[in-house]
Amino acid sequence: MLELRGITKRYGERLALDDVNFSVRDGRLTGFVGGNGAGKTTTMRIVLGLLSRDGGEVLMDGKPLTTQARQGFGYMPEERGLYPKMKVLEQIVYLARLHGFSKEDAAAKATPLLEDLGLGERLTDTVESLSLGNQQRAQIAAALVHDPAVLILDEPFSGLDPIAVETVVSVLQQRAAAGASVLFSSHQLDVVERLCDDLVIIAGGTVRAAGSRDELRSEYSSNRWELVGSDAGWLRGQPGVSVIEFEGGRAVFEADAASAQQVLRTAVDRGAVTSFTPQRPSLAQIFTEVIQ
Amino acid sequence: MNTQISAVQGTWLVAERELVSKLRSKSFIITTVILVVLALAAVIFAGVRSATAEPTPVAVTPAAATALEGQGDLNLVAAADREVAVALVRNGEVDAAVVEDESSPTGFTIIADTSVPSELIGLLSVSPTVELLDPEAAAQSGLRYLLGFGFGIIFMMAAITFGSPITQSVVEEKSTRVVEILISTIPARVLLAGKVLGNTILAVGQILVLIAVVTVGLIVTDQSAILSGLGAPMVWFAVFFLFGFILLAAMFAAAGALVSRQEDTGATMTPIIYLVMIPYFVAIVLGDNPIVMTIMSYVPFSAAVAMPIRVFFGDAFWWEPLLALVVLLLACLAVIGVGAKIYQNSLLKMGARVKLREALKG
Repeated sequence: MLELRGITKRYGERLALDDVNFSVRDGRLTGFVGGNGAGKTTTMRIVLGLLSRDGGEVLMDGKPLTTQARQGFGYMPEERGLYPKMKVLEQIVYLARLHGFSKEDAAAKATPLLEDLGLGERLTDTVESLSLGNQQRAQIAAALVHDPAVLILDEPFSGLDPIAVETVVSVLQQRAAAGASVLFSSHQLDVVERLCDDLVIIAGGTVRAAGSRDELRSEYSSNRWELVGSDAGWLRGQPGVSVIEFEGGRAVFEADAASAQQVLRTAVDRGAVTSFTPQRPSLAQIFTEVIQ
Repeated sequence: MNTQISAVQGTWLVAERELVSKLRSKSFIITTVILVVLALAAVIFAGVRSATAEPTPVAVTPAAATALEGQGDLNLVAAADREVAVALVRNGEVDAAVVEDESSPTGFTIIADTSVPSELIGLLSVSPTVELLDPEAAAQSGLRYLLGFGFGIIFMMAAITFGSPITQSVVEEKSTRVVEILISTIPARVLLAGKVLGNTILAVGQILVLIAVVTVGLIVTDQSAILSGLGAPMVWFAVFFLFGFILLAAMFAAAGALVSRQEDTGATMTPIIYLVMIPYFVAIVLGDNPIVMTIMSYVPFSAAVAMPIRVFFGDAFWWEPLLALVVLLLACLAVIGVGAKIYQNSLLKMGARVKLREALKG
């Protein structure tokens, strides 16, 4: 498990990160969301030792993170970086060897990984001859090739088409299932919502919300319920219920848990109920709420 | 499972990548081929010239023939009188003519078509008696100039040809951000060491190929006499060049780390290029001045040029090249230390050029 405790970073007068605390748990995908300039990339760079920090500490399994442990990390920088004139496979093999693999092992790892990512046909092409989307896939391979225990991916989905997003999502899920801790940032809240187990929301250099996705969703849910069934015009007269939306057989209302149960009983007595669900806020709603 | 690699393994991996990517680049191969062809052409041209050099044909009247008999490398063509001699010059059968002329202080007039035949003038002039106290030194002066020119130009060309690509490769890594991945994997000084090692192997390798080509060429064209006597200085040159280049390579790498775009490399590389050019010009202009040469043979940048020359002429005691080498090694360590610091501190700073003071402070 990777833990950040009280990380502070100052650029001259500006406080870029102010007491950032969160953890990235083993075997889980942690989404890291925030607006432009919120401090996502700065945080990631500090974890990787690319930037110095002005305060706080980074712990790995409870101990201060060492350079040696950091070598078991996989990193995908926001501004993509590979040697333009190097061939795809060679490049990934080179990076794997820098992580300590023998030449043979590196090739044996890189080839299937690139095939999984859909680059099987382009192994001997130079990076610069690939489309941007394919360069991105090669970049992901560069972060994954050495089976990292911790993966730090800065905007791994930007610039990918929907099919490529699915490919990358499934590769990341495999890694997490195998026990890796994955921290990824993204602006695509729908992808984050679908993919992540845990969530960290950052704004203005401070963590506004952190926790498992489900916890956060219940924490920020506002006692809304949706009822679908026969005509629900009677809802308006119910005590303790305020109707938000009403449209034919579908109604959205706010009520505390007891009143909601009462509504359900009444609805069943009155006719068929197709569905009755608590309305949980979407990630986009939570995000908008916490960053304000 | 992956294990941490040692600094040596890391250095070698980086060096290997530098080597492979250079050896595959078309521009490197073409440059090498052109250099080899030029060196071969020079050797062959010199061989052909010395083999086919012919005596200059000169028309002479009988009296002039007596005066010039057995002097210089001339092919004397007998001419009855001045008119015949002039005609021979006119139709190009001879390069010049020498005829009697009582009004001339030497008793002869030289007739030529367009250019002044200085060799003939020398032969016919009356010169005052010259007495040299150190005739050997005078003979050496020309050779000193030649050696200074030769070693100087090889040093300068090789340093610039192999040094500036180091800057470019550092900037390439910065501008493509590949450096972020590299630095999160291996320490910056390992990356620097690998770059310096890889490019030094290339530079020294190409120099050795050139030396081999020239040596074989000289032997094949029967000019092996030039080779004798140059052996020891060439070995010293190679040794000093090796360490001198390592020192320069660290500086070129630091110059690259200070900027983020290829367009900005000029500003940071220029001071180093000046440093490389100084030994060349000083060796040519002040090569005769023993004090300057002695100082230069200890200054790390110019030792590669000045020390082999002093060794060649026996001006240096046996321990002097060794001492200069120690000085060079110490300078090498110091510059690599400073270079690594600049490199480490600037490598991840993108955008505007990093100021030197900032880079040194960290």
